Amino acid sequence: MNRSLNFTSIPAKKENRVSKFFKNIGHFFVNLGVGIKNFFVNFIKRFIDGSVGTKLSHFIFGAGNLYHKQFVKGFIFLGLQILFWVFMIVSPRVNGEPYGFQALANLTMQGTEGSFDPISGEMIGKSESYLMLLFGIVTIAIIILYIIVWLLNISSSYKADQDRNKGLSASTFKKDCSDLLDSKFHILMLTPTSLAALIFTLLPTIYMISIAFTSWNAVDMAARNTNLFHWVGFDNFVQMFSTSSSTQLGLEISHRFFPVLGWTFIWAIFATFTCYFGGILLAILINKKGIKGKKIFRTIFILTIAIPQFISLLACRNLLSEWGPLNAILKDFGWIQSSIAFLGRGAGANENLAKVMVIIINMWLGIPYTMLMTSGILMNIPSDLYEAATVDGASKAKMFFKITLPYVIFVTTPYLISSFVGNINSFNTIFLLTEGYPQHLPYVGGGTDLLVTWLYSLTITNKQYNTGAVIGILTFIITATITLVTYRRSKAYKEEDTFQ
Amino acid sequence: MIYNPLRKKKFRSQRASDITSRIFSYILLIVLSLVWIIPILWIVLSAFRCEYQNDGTYIGIITSNYFPSRIGFDNFARLWNYSYSPGKDHSYLRWMGNTMLIAVVCCVFSSFLILSVAYCMSKLRFKLRKPFMNITMILGLFPGFMSMIAIYFILKSVGLTANVSAPQLSVVGLILAYSAGAGLGFQIAKGFFDVLPNSLVESAKLDGCSNFKIFRTIILPLSKPIIIYTALMAFTGPWMDFIFAKVILGNDSDYWTVSVGLYNMMFGSQLTDTSVFTTFCAGCTCVGIPIVALFMALQRYYVEGVTAGAVKG
Repeated sequence: MNRSLNFTSIPAKKENRVSKFFKNIGHFFVNLGVGIKNFFVNFIKRFIDGSVGTKLSHFIFGAGNLYHKQFVKGFIFLGLQILFWVFMIVSPRVNGEPYGFQALANLTMQGTEGSFDPISGEMIGKSESYLMLLFGIVTIAIIILYIIVWLLNISSSYKADQDRNKGLSASTFKKDCSDLLDSKFHILMLTPTSLAALIFTLLPTIYMISIAFTSWNAVDMAARNTNLFHWVGFDNFVQMFSTSSSTQLGLEISHRFFPVLGWTFIWAIFATFTCYFGGILLAILINKKGIKGKKIFRTIFILTIAIPQFISLLACRNLLSEWGPLNAILKDFGWIQSSIAFLGRGAGANENLAKVMVIIINMWLGIPYTMLMTSGILMNIPSDLYEAATVDGASKAKMFFKITLPYVIFVTTPYLISSFVGNINSFNTIFLLTEGYPQHLPYVGGGTDLLVTWLYSLTITNKQYNTGAVIGILTFIITATITLVTYRRSKAYKEEDTFQ
Repeated sequence: MIYNPLRKKKFRSQRASDITSRIFSYILLIVLSLVWIIPILWIVLSAFRCEYQNDGTYIGIITSNYFPSRIGFDNFARLWNYSYSPGKDHSYLRWMGNTMLIAVVCCVFSSFLILSVAYCMSKLRFKLRKPFMNITMILGLFPGFMSMIAIYFILKSVGLTANVSAPQLSVVGLILAYSAGAGLGFQIAKGFFDVLPNSLVESAKLDGCSNFKIFRTIILPLSKPIIIYTALMAFTGPWMDFIFAKVILGNDSDYWTVSVGLYNMMFGSQLTDTSVFTTFCAGCTCVGIPIVALFMALQRYYVEGVTAGAVKG
């Protein structure tokens, strides 16, 4: 991974970049090959060199440790192995679907529709495809963990062999535990997060990617009265870019995908840069020499950050609603006859107006944050730069564009990138303000829908899980490309270690 | 000093332009402050608003006067007795209780995970350090949304979402969903630890301290700002989040958090009377004031964290 992405480091000559990129890919695969070869050579060497215990522990977990009289460790490994095989063979059922070997078999997604039970009057033996898929993935993950434990058990035994050959006694369980607090402290510290991330980040991600290749569309399935869905390969992706489609879903995608994608980018660009430059200007204004009550002004703006976002967003939504105060005031002045649909709801809703309003409200939310952030940075700009510029007779505007702005942008590039990506995924602002309105019936995606809110309405409201997953993957590809290309080029990443 | 009339004149005109620019800045700042404060003040004022029509009926949303003509606590009394649907008494109090519980538990879990990962990444050197950092970065790029739906089904498969038999378990599910991913957001805390001098760790090592002891007795006491920042973020997260709670907590209003509750109170399908807007405002005020107070009290740490975040991404 590391190597293949190195192309972003800026080479001396531009035409070198492409060749360097491919060279790096080449290096990556060569290294990978060498790594794999070394692994197997070591594996075989260990098997040949190892003691009887080590040889045995290739088949029975913990045998090597027991051979070296490391009983606690040995029995833990043995226990894990027994537990694994019991789990795989017994295939415990949760909510009616099995884990273990049966779950692996279920990954073909061939469920049964069940049969009618005349006694209870219900369907029995009806498969739930979503559980079959999930349990299959979990079982694969458990098998991978099993293999890791297997390798750990062998290397633990081999290490005890080596200790013995050197004339040392094999490390005791107590010693291993105290190592966790010292030389292996990182294992202790990272295990909780790794496990949590495995279950709540990695597993969901893999699950969701798999869903993109299935026909899991709960509306269709409910219409056909079934809980089963199947693998469909790349059909969902093909559907996304095909223009002619007969199904409702296909029409939805072909009509709304590109408008939503386009608006997502426009939104992300405007939302990021309006807040960014607005915040810088506000920070300069507040920090200007001779302005009194800096603290009061700053507190007022920080106040809006501190208020939970849903409150400020819902307040704005009420303020701008059809019956809200802004419309009432405008009517009182006689400037308008009927309410303006600022946020895309109600009569005469205008999509562009709603878009502009959303961007403006987002400025209201985002500017104080950038202000707060850049205030500290502004104070760090060496003042002799300004003094020198003043001596040279530079105007204030010139100083801003030549000194302040470049400095701030240079320092905050990582933030700018992450805030751009954050805005692509900015769910709350759109959902709480407009819910994607104005609608484009009969389609789900509305005028102000971003990819993420569209994904939300497709999956949560309309239960088109497979399409939602496809959109999720596309969003990932977009954000990942932007981040990797820009972030790895930034100084903050390259000089990650240089602080110390 | 040599008297130089030209110079003095230049000074005077500069001062005059300084004053105009200062006045202009003040006006701009005051206008901007008003723009920022008006919507918020509107909510707070509406919370205290109790105006009645001549026939004694209560007026909910009033657009004619910004400042209420009668002030009182009627809306808070309404909020106290608010029931979201028949048979669900004191809904708002339940929402506050749920959110408080979730926030406290998440705060403890998340802070622990974040600080431990950040310390490892910053001060310890081990084989898989760089790969671990790259993997966390890539995982962070998947939209939280995409995994949200999957997390919902994972929790559902073990019965931790709103099911009929044990709806309270959905709160446990939400806590897990909030805090489990927290450890991956270690970057700001790592930035803090990076700045602590390595020599501290090294000299303690020479004295024979174990890594655990170094972390507990040397690093942690020095890390008060980042601990407070991390805890503040983790604690306020559940108060601010809307969508995860909405998806995982399901339809039983007894187990909602305040954000889901207030949203449904205002825009849900069970909107029955027009007075609900002021009640909603009272609800917002009750959530907002403690959170804002917390932020203001810990402002220093918050600003430090935000500034660090700007540079570290």
